[in-house]
Amino acid sequence: MNAVLQYAVQGLAAGSFYALAALGLAVIFGVLGVVNFAHGAFYMLGAVATAVLLDTLGLTLWWSLLVVPALMFVFGVVVERLLVRWLLRLDPLYNFLLTFGLTLVLVELVKQKYGVSGLPYQPPAILQGRVDLAGVVLPRYQLFVFLFSVTICVLVWLLMTRTRIGMIVRASTEKPELARALGINVGRWVTPVFGFGVALAGLAGVLAAPFRAITADMGNNFVIILFAVVVIGGLGSIVGAVAAGFLVGLVEAFGQAYAPTFAQILIFVLMALIILVRPAGLFGREEAAT
Amino acid sequence: MTQSVMPETSVTEAHAAIAGGGSRPRWILLTAGLVAALALPWLVYPPVAMDIVAMALFAIALDILLGYTGLLSFGHAAFWGGSAYVTGLIATHYGVPFPVAVVGGAIFAMVLALPVAYLSVRRSGIYFAMVTLAFGQMVYFVGYQWSDLTGGENGLQGVPRHFFGIELVETESFYFYYAALPILLLGMWAAWRIVHSPFGRVLVAIRDNTPRARALGYDVEKYKVIAFVLSAGLTGLAGGVFAISHGFVALTELEWTTSGEVVLITLLGGIGTLWGGILGAFLVVLLADYLASSSLGGIDLITGTVFILVVLLFRRGIWGTVRHQWLTWSQRRTSSRRTPVDADPAGHG
Repeated sequence: MNAVLQYAVQGLAAGSFYALAALGLAVIFGVLGVVNFAHGAFYMLGAVATAVLLDTLGLTLWWSLLVVPALMFVFGVVVERLLVRWLLRLDPLYNFLLTFGLTLVLVELVKQKYGVSGLPYQPPAILQGRVDLAGVVLPRYQLFVFLFSVTICVLVWLLMTRTRIGMIVRASTEKPELARALGINVGRWVTPVFGFGVALAGLAGVLAAPFRAITADMGNNFVIILFAVVVIGGLGSIVGAVAAGFLVGLVEAFGQAYAPTFAQILIFVLMALIILVRPAGLFGREEAAT
Repeated sequence: MTQSVMPETSVTEAHAAIAGGGSRPRWILLTAGLVAALALPWLVYPPVAMDIVAMALFAIALDILLGYTGLLSFGHAAFWGGSAYVTGLIATHYGVPFPVAVVGGAIFAMVLALPVAYLSVRRSGIYFAMVTLAFGQMVYFVGYQWSDLTGGENGLQGVPRHFFGIELVETESFYFYYAALPILLLGMWAAWRIVHSPFGRVLVAIRDNTPRARALGYDVEKYKVIAFVLSAGLTGLAGGVFAISHGFVALTELEWTTSGEVVLITLLGGIGTLWGGILGAFLVVLLADYLASSSLGGIDLITGTVFILVVLLFRRGIWGTVRHQWLTWSQRRTSSRRTPVDADPAGHG
């Protein structure tokens, strides 16, 4: 029983990264119609920035959780203004290919600057070690990651459902034509929303810094699992992205515990099953399926 | 969601149909292409020449889907690398002539493609790209984990080159080129036949207007699956020759960067133009070879930048641009009263 709980927390912690990043991917796709291949590279930049900030300025994880997403927001705005914006009116595949090219460039640049071996990172002392919860011993940091990520997801959900900005973004995400017809200027939200999505990917990277090996390649596999996540959750759905993120984290953790060889493959098997049963994804709408 | 992947190509396609009457330029092109293919190992290092032709067939096979069916597969490394491994294994374990091993690899690629295609065609556009990418990654993990068979990270070493009783050793890459060239040329001819057949016309119809093709009674999903499997088979043919040529199969052949590289080659050459794949392969392989031997380093940095620039500024690709200019010019010359062909504002955006 304890072992199962242990794996569940591990899975939810791993799922936290997927949920946060997939949330960013879903918001960007919703408002811009862009499937951002560079999302994994942005996640990697978040982790690298965290390590570099600690090394050069002595910024602890707590500060990085604030500073890095802000930096990534600015970076996202620059990328949108310089590159993505020129292809918005064309087929979404062009931006997919553009962000693929951007990924190659970003990963290679980081590789040349910091080498291929991992950068070191130690979490703050308070997050190290384990915590005993009624007989179940859990790694402190994983618990923190899970709670932090859930908090952010709830905050984003409140932002989306309780504020006017959220209402506009949601309308643009779920019914873009109708939103335009109602006089909402979707175009004005394009740049900040892209920055916001990139910031979420960066935030996932900050959380990953003490947890995963910080290398230039860390986003490569991550972004493909993210795509599986959004296919499972339904690409047009914000709730779907978060739910599927945690689900994939759980599948990965239990897979690693009971069938380590097939852990990664299981995620794609799950995706295949979802496509067979519900092509639009768990929370997607049928009309968005084709 | 947009139905046709690359709206520009439908226009160039129309041009090609118009120009179809004049077959003289086609024969000139074919002869020139054949002469160039035969002369290539004299001009560049023979293994590099082999890479160029193999990548060219890979790009052409991808273009059956991307340019002619309107489907961007981002997981074609699975068929390229999958066939490379199977070809390598057959050649290593059974000592058959390499063309037999290559055909075995191509058949494996088609068998592998069938379930992937069946699942992927349930989505189109950007979803199709993501789903094929994910399945490609699944195959990568199988190749990575099944190290007893594939050698895992070390790759498959020492693939022999039996050619009907002759053993073409490493140093004889020059002769191997001529032994393997017919296989790849046959693959290119098959691709040409596929896209210019009535079946190919249906694919173009599906690309340009899927609901209309469906309304005309075509089983759109079935056509897409067949196109996918044929494309995977030709990809496998190219991957198998590549594996034999190197005498070695690396895990890189299954990575998504390989899937991306072939998309770049197709895009750079010109989507929906089979000749473009050949030109694109020529440029990209030579560039990669030059960078590998120079001190510049960072192949991905250059490839990525080329990718960004092509997508932003040069979406028609090299061959696509040349053909567009040529057709615009020749049509303007033959009939000045006709409406201008260049009614394609998206082209140079």
